[in-house]
Amino acid sequence: MLFGIEWDTSTSWAFAWSILPILLRGMVVTIQASLLGFFVALGLGLLLASLKGVPLKIIAWPAAFITEFLRDTPLLIQLFFLYYVLPDYGIVLPAFLTGALALGVQYSAYTAEVYRAGIQAVPRGQKEAARALNLSERLAFIHVILPQAVVRIVPAMGNYLVSIMKDVPVLSVVTVLEMLNVAKIIGDRTFNYLIPLTMVGALYLLLTLIASWGVRVLDTRLPKRGIPLK
Amino acid sequence: MEWTRYIDPLLQGCWVTIELTVYSTILGALLAFGAGMGKLSHNPLIKALSVTYIEVFRGTSLLVQLFWLYFALPLLGELIGLDLRFHPVSVGVLALGLNIGAYGAEVVRGAVQAVPRTQYEAAKALNFTRTQTLWRIALPQALPEMMPPFGNLAVQNLKDTALVSLISLGDLAFRAEQLRNLTQDSTTIYTMVLFMYFGMALVLAALMGLLERHVGRWRHRRR
Repeated sequence: MLFGIEWDTSTSWAFAWSILPILLRGMVVTIQASLLGFFVALGLGLLLASLKGVPLKIIAWPAAFITEFLRDTPLLIQLFFLYYVLPDYGIVLPAFLTGALALGVQYSAYTAEVYRAGIQAVPRGQKEAARALNLSERLAFIHVILPQAVVRIVPAMGNYLVSIMKDVPVLSVVTVLEMLNVAKIIGDRTFNYLIPLTMVGALYLLLTLIASWGVRVLDTRLPKRGIPLK
Repeated sequence: MEWTRYIDPLLQGCWVTIELTVYSTILGALLAFGAGMGKLSHNPLIKALSVTYIEVFRGTSLLVQLFWLYFALPLLGELIGLDLRFHPVSVGVLALGLNIGAYGAEVVRGAVQAVPRTQYEAAKALNFTRTQTLWRIALPQALPEMMPPFGNLAVQNLKDTALVSLISLGDLAFRAEQLRNLTQDSTTIYTMVLFMYFGMALVLAALMGLLERHVGRWRHRRR
């Protein structure tokens, strides 16, 4: 029994059918953790990308180092670091929040790169033309560069959301009851790992296929010339 | 100093991490070429097999794959009367290799497809066989294009090896967890471990950079 739902071990099909609602509970947690982690990554990545773009070397250089460091170290270790070290400094977060934070921290290194690449991919001539038309540096950025960068940034971010989803099972090590952890617990208690773990694989496939399809649709729907921000 | 006592066990863990990375990256590269070329194959069976492999392993989580191979595969083996219990090292290498191979396959496919059509047409006009076209025309041009994404995947793979600690393999992440249980000195240990992974990633990226230059050397010679 898990989440108050009993399982039926009479036949394989009955077992699979009876644990499906339990796994779906886990899937809800998986989706919640991905979304929260994704928003942290979006915010933190924007911060890192902005700091990297500061002309002052004393700010830009450490920001670049931090981005590289976060990108090159495993999520699992970052998670353990946050989980065990933060409480030593008096910051006690629930496992779920620590996990989502770790996902956000890891992926901020990737999203920072997406922001930078998206802005750099806008042809130089656009900025020059805007400046020639007497738009200030700030207005040129807001009304000319950003609308064109957004259409490049959004689909790339969508792909990272899918990646984050696939990294959520790592959170099971700090007791977050996401889909894989739920399946593992069912396996531990029934000595049947084959059915729950296979079902988790299939559910993951379904989840990522739908998500990637969504990103593709988004990509084709976005106007290639840019989205006016006003 | 406390932290010097941690160096020895952590370095032992590093060695396991390096071995796992090397083996699984090689396995991954082989699978990437196999499935990447398979996806471009005209044989529908090979193509379907490659596409299925790529979609399944890219579409599910590495940890799910690892747990499936470690916990579920032996049970499946029992069901069909085969002994499919493997040593954790084999399971780790297999899961990491299969996972990174699926991502690599898309890189291989993309790079081979990016070779201009005219190159194939020219090869045909010069009476090259299909095998010759592949080995002498397509791959020498596609390989240098694959190297930068392969470098990223290798670093990704190094980071992913940390997950094998969860099937009780004594890699760096596992040693760190052991030490933490023993000493409760989490800040020092995990800071050291983070920097060790960072160091290994920098070395690996540099090595992949060297390989990239080696594979693309004919381009410089031409100029």
